[in-house]
Amino acid sequence: MNKEKAERIKIKLRKSSVGIAGAGGLGSNVAASLARAGVGRIVIVDFDIVEETNLNRQYYFIDQIDMVKVEAIKENIQRIDESIKVEIFNHKLTKDDMAKPFQDVDVVVEALDDAETKSTFIEEIIQKLPKTPIVGCSGVAGYGHSDRIKTKKLDNLYLVYDKDAKDSKEDVLLAPKVILMANWQANIVLEILLGEDK
Amino acid sequence: MIEVNGRSINFIENETVKELLKRMRYTFPNVVVKINGNLVKRTEFSETSIPDESNISVIHMISGG
Repeated sequence: MNKEKAERIKIKLRKSSVGIAGAGGLGSNVAASLARAGVGRIVIVDFDIVEETNLNRQYYFIDQIDMVKVEAIKENIQRIDESIKVEIFNHKLTKDDMAKPFQDVDVVVEALDDAETKSTFIEEIIQKLPKTPIVGCSGVAGYGHSDRIKTKKLDNLYLVYDKDAKDSKEDVLLAPKVILMANWQANIVLEILLGEDK
Repeated sequence: MIEVNGRSINFIENETVKELLKRMRYTFPNVVVKINGNLVKRTEFSETSIPDESNISVIHMISGG
């Protein structure tokens, strides 16, 4: 390992902040990965509670069933690193008010569930926070087909995209593909925060 | 000519985003559309016409997360 580079990255990430909209399959796994990478401040918004059916792909555990998701994810982040600043909002993101929790973060991660909400959120962030990069995801359902996943970049919008995936209502949601795409998002976040450094 | 997701297609005078999506057979209800880097809100699809030589990106959001 390149210790000098690791140290440089550590300092940079410690000063960075990331906002995550949604703490489900994508959001909870993005949060865990960014916490392990050493992002200094994580803002996360969700309105749900942890259910048994979430445990096949989301970053929660049996003893957290019935907990408020954002409280559970905060607990899990602090178990990885106590020094990370975690700001949680336990409410639903509603139209025209979606950008509010993310005013002062360096990057916004779209980790929502419903296609309609995803589009509305992306539109709103592009309009209200035009300088903030946004990393979205579309097409997590199913398994296999890892090679179909692509990063689509449209200016400040990065989208982890499997355009041939089915709607989650018509398919299954399972850990491997959901977590793969969540970490794909987290990996883009690092690229944005750290810049190109090969 | 205009370019849609990297594909060159004929320019049609006064064509709106809504009409273009129909012509491209993009039937997905939830799409994010950018024309030359500028976002077009979904509520403006039927009133926004596409200039010639435009570069258009259409991505569709699929439920699941």
